[in-house]
Amino acid sequence: MQRSPVRWHIIIFLTPAVLVYTTVMIFPLFNTLRLALYNRIDQERVFVGLQNFKALFGDTLWSEPFWNALGNNLWFFVIHMLVQNPIGIALAAILSHPRLRFAAFYRSAIFIPTILSFVIVGFAWKLILSPLWGIAPSLLDTVGLKSLFAPWLGKEEYALTTLALISVWQFVGIPMMLIYAALLSIPQEIIEAGEIDGITGFSAFWRIKLPLILPAIGIISILTFVGNFNAFDLIYAAQGALAGPAYSTDILGTFMYRTFFGFQLQLGDPHMGSAIASAMFGIILIGVCIYLFGIQSRMRRFQF
Amino acid sequence: MIRKLITIAIAGGTLLGGSVRAQDATITIESWRNDDLALWQEKIIPAFEAEHSGIKVKFTPSAPTEYNAALNSKLEAGSAGDLITCRPFDASLALFDAGHLADLDDMEAMSNFSDVAKSAWQSDDGSASFCVPMASVIHGFIYNKDAFKELGVDVPATEDEFFAVLEKFKEDGTYIPMAMGTNDQWEAATMGYNNIGPNYWKGEEGRQALISGKQKLTDEGWVAPYATLAKWGAYLGDGYEAQTYPDSQNLFTLGRAAIYPAGSWEISGFNTQADFEMGAFKPPVQAEGDTCYISDHTDIGIGMNAASKNPEAARTFLSWVASPEFAAIFGNALPGFFPLSKTPVDLDDPLAKEFVSWRGQCESTIRSTYQILSRGTPNLENDTWGASVAAIKGTSSPEELGKQLQEGLATWYKPQQ
Repeated sequence: MQRSPVRWHIIIFLTPAVLVYTTVMIFPLFNTLRLALYNRIDQERVFVGLQNFKALFGDTLWSEPFWNALGNNLWFFVIHMLVQNPIGIALAAILSHPRLRFAAFYRSAIFIPTILSFVIVGFAWKLILSPLWGIAPSLLDTVGLKSLFAPWLGKEEYALTTLALISVWQFVGIPMMLIYAALLSIPQEIIEAGEIDGITGFSAFWRIKLPLILPAIGIISILTFVGNFNAFDLIYAAQGALAGPAYSTDILGTFMYRTFFGFQLQLGDPHMGSAIASAMFGIILIGVCIYLFGIQSRMRRFQF
Repeated sequence: MIRKLITIAIAGGTLLGGSVRAQDATITIESWRNDDLALWQEKIIPAFEAEHSGIKVKFTPSAPTEYNAALNSKLEAGSAGDLITCRPFDASLALFDAGHLADLDDMEAMSNFSDVAKSAWQSDDGSASFCVPMASVIHGFIYNKDAFKELGVDVPATEDEFFAVLEKFKEDGTYIPMAMGTNDQWEAATMGYNNIGPNYWKGEEGRQALISGKQKLTDEGWVAPYATLAKWGAYLGDGYEAQTYPDSQNLFTLGRAAIYPAGSWEISGFNTQADFEMGAFKPPVQAEGDTCYISDHTDIGIGMNAASKNPEAARTFLSWVASPEFAAIFGNALPGFFPLSKTPVDLDDPLAKEFVSWRGQCESTIRSTYQILSRGTPNLENDTWGASVAAIKGTSSPEELGKQLQEGLATWYKPQQ
């Protein structure tokens, strides 16, 4: 029998996904990029080329909050990389220990915050840390460390770090789960072979397991990067759109939201907002490219 | 009951016999005040319909956060109601400029309102008014009468007395002298800067001068309130930097704080929550005998859809809204939202009465940043929030703040360049 030259089933099976993805992802993305090239002048929408970006990077009115938000965003990311991921890896290593009791319970308990909504997490932590009714000051008081307490969320110098740590608390379950899965997939023979050669305990983790889970760590890093640079919800839920105190917790997401939709008496500016969104897209794209071409391509050779 | 029957009979007659009476019409009101639905349906609308039997009124509110967007799309589509509840300043001005709101200047009842009351719904040059002012909110301080009695302090009238009272509460230690936090930022500007500020910039005089460019934000009258706010920090509760707006409300209504920098909209909430007696005092003046100024901020108005099919009925309703009768119903049902008509209204709530009595003693003005000055980027209102917080925390000096705000305003506002 002659096969039909056009393989219809491929097209038919792909169409729904392509259609949905195009309407809800690709079209809005390109439309946002397009919108960033326009501006509203005297009630008319006018094509202005790269003017919005010039203002965003060159005019101190825009560039100052932009660099501030980018800097805060970087710090937010650094905290996640330095705290969330190492703790996640450590937890996974402990959990994968064959003689640990109640492992399933710990696993669920640590993972549960991940499925909570940002609003609940933001609200709960705001209450915990509240200087008036929070349990943090009274807990510190019972151990005689009340002097260590400060209204962290209200101080410029601590607020962003505090929020980053709250976010770490919420999401530490994700790297833990991914690394845990990677650790379980290491063939027992390799570890046994190591044991025969005299590599056990900690050195088995450092010399055998860690190199084998590096690709998973890479994936987690890039997920953290994308997640952090798209972050918005937690800051908005805890500090509001003005990202107080004094914009010290303002990240790209809140800056974009304020500009795009407006706030209080400030009217929304969709064109400038799109310019910021495009800049965010660019930053994330560059970050992902560095990872894909610079790091992941080298990491493949460890895989088996 | 009989009235209802008659209404039904009239309505039935209209259906059967076509338009028997020329006036028969149903008008619909668009509003964001869904909290007030019961008030409109049970009090305001029956009172109006009793007097104007040919007109039926429907109140159709939507959620506050959706109102502006929903209204805009309804107006574009031509399906909006006959009457439109107006947000103050630029949001409504944009509707008027787009031709959606009718000019009401020729309406006789508009003379029931002062110029300040009308300013929130006027074109920039004041030539056209497009909404009937309904209510305003007044700023001042609410205090715990029991706490004041306990310590034997009197209500302060001047600034020195004010800080003396705060100092006394601080020394005593039973009460937090003043309940306010800086976490949400807007209280510092709204209940702080714009509460005490009018006494410094002399109300309307200063506000108009700022709009016309005759005064600058670096002038004494605009910087001095920041210097006073800087002294507040010492009297706010522990950890006020992370204290939110609901935290402050709870602190006060639980009886743990003595003074609450307030807006009159708090009255009905506080009445149900607090079990001690409350009083109110106006923002203290610098020296005894000085003219006092209060922020009597216009908040709600009502206008007519220019495309209304029942313009006569809608105008009749608007004139009624401008009447003392409406003011009495509205003002008493919502203590803390004060009718704006020139004729004084008899209010029952003692706290609301205290607030509204200041209108007779002081000059009224509105919040300095709301008209015209918050149209550009950077937004003066948002910046004022940040500046007021910085003043209270002491992270910037008042002069620096004035300079910073002036520079921001001058980047886009021509009269200030």
